[in-house]
Amino acid sequence: MKKTVLLGALTVAGLAAGAAAAGTLDDVKARGTLNCGVTTGLVGFAAPDANGEWAGFDVSICRAVAAAVLGDSKAVEFVPTTGKTRFTALASGEIDMLARNTTWTFSRDVDLKFEFTGVNYYDGQGFMVPKELGVSSAKELDGATVCIQTGTTTELNLADFFRANNISYEPVPIETNAEAQQQYLAGACDVYTTDASGLAATRATFDDPAGHVLLPEIISKEPLGPLVRHGDHEWGDVVRWTLNALVSAEELGVTSANIAEMSAGSNNPEINRLLGSEGTLGEMMGLDADWAKSAVMAGGNYGEIFAKNIGEETPVGLARGLNAQWTNGGLLYSPPFR
Amino acid sequence: MTTLSDPPQESFRLSQLIYDTRYRSMTIQIIALIGFLLLLGWLFGNTAQNLADLGKEPSFRFLSEPAGYDINQRLLEYNSQDTHLRAAFVGLLNTLVVAVLGCITATILGVTIGVLRLSSNWVVSKLMMIYVETFRNVPVLLWIVFVMAIMIETMPAPRAFKGENPASSMMLNDSVAVTNRGVYIPEPLFTNTLGDVHLFGAASMRFDVSLDLLALMLVLGASLWGASWFRKRADKIQEVTGDRPKTWHVRLGLIVIPTAVLLYVLGFHLGYPELKGFNFKGGTHFRNSLIALWLALSLYTAAFIAEIVRAGIMAIDHGQSEAAAALGLRPNRTMKLVILPQALRVIVPPMISNYLNLTKNSSLAIAVGYMDLTGTLMGITLNQTGRELETVLLTMLIYLAISLSISAVMNMYNNRVKMVER
Repeated sequence: MKKTVLLGALTVAGLAAGAAAAGTLDDVKARGTLNCGVTTGLVGFAAPDANGEWAGFDVSICRAVAAAVLGDSKAVEFVPTTGKTRFTALASGEIDMLARNTTWTFSRDVDLKFEFTGVNYYDGQGFMVPKELGVSSAKELDGATVCIQTGTTTELNLADFFRANNISYEPVPIETNAEAQQQYLAGACDVYTTDASGLAATRATFDDPAGHVLLPEIISKEPLGPLVRHGDHEWGDVVRWTLNALVSAEELGVTSANIAEMSAGSNNPEINRLLGSEGTLGEMMGLDADWAKSAVMAGGNYGEIFAKNIGEETPVGLARGLNAQWTNGGLLYSPPFR
Repeated sequence: MTTLSDPPQESFRLSQLIYDTRYRSMTIQIIALIGFLLLLGWLFGNTAQNLADLGKEPSFRFLSEPAGYDINQRLLEYNSQDTHLRAAFVGLLNTLVVAVLGCITATILGVTIGVLRLSSNWVVSKLMMIYVETFRNVPVLLWIVFVMAIMIETMPAPRAFKGENPASSMMLNDSVAVTNRGVYIPEPLFTNTLGDVHLFGAASMRFDVSLDLLALMLVLGASLWGASWFRKRADKIQEVTGDRPKTWHVRLGLIVIPTAVLLYVLGFHLGYPELKGFNFKGGTHFRNSLIALWLALSLYTAAFIAEIVRAGIMAIDHGQSEAAAALGLRPNRTMKLVILPQALRVIVPPMISNYLNLTKNSSLAIAVGYMDLTGTLMGITLNQTGRELETVLLTMLIYLAISLSISAVMNMYNNRVKMVER
């Protein structure tokens, strides 16, 4: 009897002790792999392919960070998380970073004690309905049954939107994207709502993508980005600047095709600093001089990653839109490498 | 002559704590207790320290902040601007609803199946055995998801009811609609309603009690009491005179007439569900998440209850039924008067743990999106506020309270039916 009590207490102790470990960068280097939290499966963003290899837009960020830190883009342990489990996984140290279309909000940053290291996709919440319903605006959805992933900002936006427009709805809370898809396709809900990018990605997997429309209303700002635990600024810097390196590489015309010759030295000092042939930027962060080169070589620059996973040539078919470089009228704007 | 002196007074030595069997076990227990308390202290200290390092001191202030999310099945009036505490309360009621419905259904099913499994009919008893073994040996989560998947995939969507030649139509004279969003049945309505009483003002625990329902329950209770008094009177007359007066018509009248009069006075009528826009409106909506959870939990627990009932009946010596038969009792009277009262003593204690299991298993609700306590307080509230420790502790505390209450009630019942030893 006494023994079981003790064992139980030890288990709880093990659970409680997980938090608060300083020096994630050193931990990752010592471990030799990066533990990266991703979705349980959203085509284009993070999903295992036919060979069981994780691939996608968010996955590429994980791979770039692994390449920058460890020099090996394959040295990533992917941890699938749901909308509900992701923050606990990160806070407890089970994962080193979370790249899972997570919206950067004030309370998550300040109250949940996380550090968002930038935005890798500017998104907004949208609605998808079957074409045969004949709905052309979200304001016509009075009384509709809405499938929604639970534990997300979409849940709160949805409540706000319907309240602001004084129309009623019936929420059907769902754990994962796959279950939502099942219910939506069976007609158990009229509408599926989540980030517009997620809707496009989900629609791409349907048998009949043309039978479903995305409504014009985008009811929220959803800047999605990778995040790390609060307080470990060295690690936060690594993730932030790896993302910035990918964005800068696109802006500077560095691609996975020409990076070998570029890294030998070019006449653009910013490219030289980025790729490590000039200056000591890598050393300042505790990484090798060619960290950014490895990061870009892992999957290409931001534009290449976008085009390969979710761009207009892919089944997901998203336009760059807000996610174009600032020079092309988008919002992508990396601080300088100096 | 020798003088017997007192035996030498043994002085207490410290080594006795280990070597003297009189003290040893106590020493070990005290050391173990101190060790356990130290471990507990370290555990709390460590948790508090870690939380402080993260800058998250435990606080329950989030409970009074607006929840911001909507809940589909709400027995109380609730909107997204109510507090997290209110949302948790709505979730708690949903947990209780499915637990109560589940316990009742599981008991009825379980007792029936348990008795049928003892049937002398080979086909019936084997069928019941197959039922028990399939349901008992597959995890309940799978049953919940399975029932839900069947409902979603096989039932028609509301839009199938639309149009000139609808693919589906409502049942029972257009009063019941079975869709893949749930089942809509007529709801009781009152034209001359007495209104509601608002309890607890504007607090998070506020709720409305329907006076109509209260009046109905009072009248029905009084009628039942009257009927039972009438039956007892008949018993007395039978004891004295040996003749039992005919009472059924009076008792039936006593029960039916006052209730019917009250219903008439209140203007009772049914509100039928009707397809409007995207969904059926009006009527009572049993969401398929509730049905899936309720059904799966009942079917699963019924398998266990059936085994308990079977064991309880088999525990009664066969001589008892033979003796009853020798006295000329018919089989159903034997079961009711001889076997079951004795079997209950064996059945009730393990039933308690099955009711507890059912209640705790209802926390699997989120698998089908049923917003119970785990879905609200430990699901969305936890996620939106990030207060893991507080919400989990609070949820554990509430489940503990529910379980202890069920135990207490069932123990009271057990004390009533258990063997009175003289």
